[in-house]
Amino acid sequence: MTIGLTHYLIVAAIMFTLGILGIILNRKNIIVILMSVELILLSVNINLVSFSSFLGDLTGQVFSLFILTVAAAEAAIGLAILVTYYRNRGSIAVEDINAMKG
Amino acid sequence: MNLAVAFFYLFSALMIASAFMVIAARNPVHSVLFLILAFVNAAGLFLLLGAEFLAMILVVVYIGAVAVLFLFVVMMLDVDFAVLKQGFLQYLPIGALIGIIMVIELILVMSGWSASQASLGNAGAPTPPDVSNTLALGRVLYTKFVYFFQAAGLVLLTAMIGAIVLTLRHKSDVRRQDIGEQNARDRKQAVELKKIPFRTGV
Repeated sequence: MTIGLTHYLIVAAIMFTLGILGIILNRKNIIVILMSVELILLSVNINLVSFSSFLGDLTGQVFSLFILTVAAAEAAIGLAILVTYYRNRGSIAVEDINAMKG
Repeated sequence: MNLAVAFFYLFSALMIASAFMVIAARNPVHSVLFLILAFVNAAGLFLLLGAEFLAMILVVVYIGAVAVLFLFVVMMLDVDFAVLKQGFLQYLPIGALIGIIMVIELILVMSGWSASQASLGNAGAPTPPDVSNTLALGRVLYTKFVYFFQAAGLVLLTAMIGAIVLTLRHKSDVRRQDIGEQNARDRKQAVELKKIPFRTGV
């Protein structure tokens, strides 16, 4: 048997679901939520790269490169906000983050 | 069963198992380490797909920068993570239900998918047959996608400035160097002449 496009897509679908599940289950721990977002972005990258490889189009890999850029920026800004928040409040519990609620 | 098939199953099984451990581990440091393992296995999958450059970028950027950043932050914040873990079992039934429905839907969509022959002809940037992956990517990245490349640089610059602005703080009790003040010093400020009486000391 050979590995086709469908195999990679199913692996990416399972990774995506695990990322969503991580956000649902770890509602209080914002660090694990950020890591789940990274898992979701990784599964999107696997999708793009496998389509790019099997359809012979490099655009998917270029797009995946830009997704990596945005993910790195998002992780850096998210963690910086987290560190600032921890300095001010002394906690990172998600339900305490309601200062902007009207 | 040839070697590529065996490696595909090895990489994907390890990646899914470590992604599961990322969301299930009690200790967030273990979560970050499993995230690193998931990225390594994803890089292996990229190698199997022929995207060598992206595989190396995944190792260098994701593991070398992003995952290590997560590790720093997790170890720097002194938080009681056992408290944050509460509610995991409370959300487990609804989460498992949503997850199972979603994975079944996604697999059904993916399995019925096929590319039409007409769409195969108009690739945006067709893979050239006899050059390496890195060279082919570089040829399209700096020509056809150069504006997107610049925009990506802009995103990174914004992220860098934002992270510095958010986390930099000036403490008032730290003595800082003031170069203007140093250069403006003259002899009157710097040297003081004292007349010391004989045999009495200072």
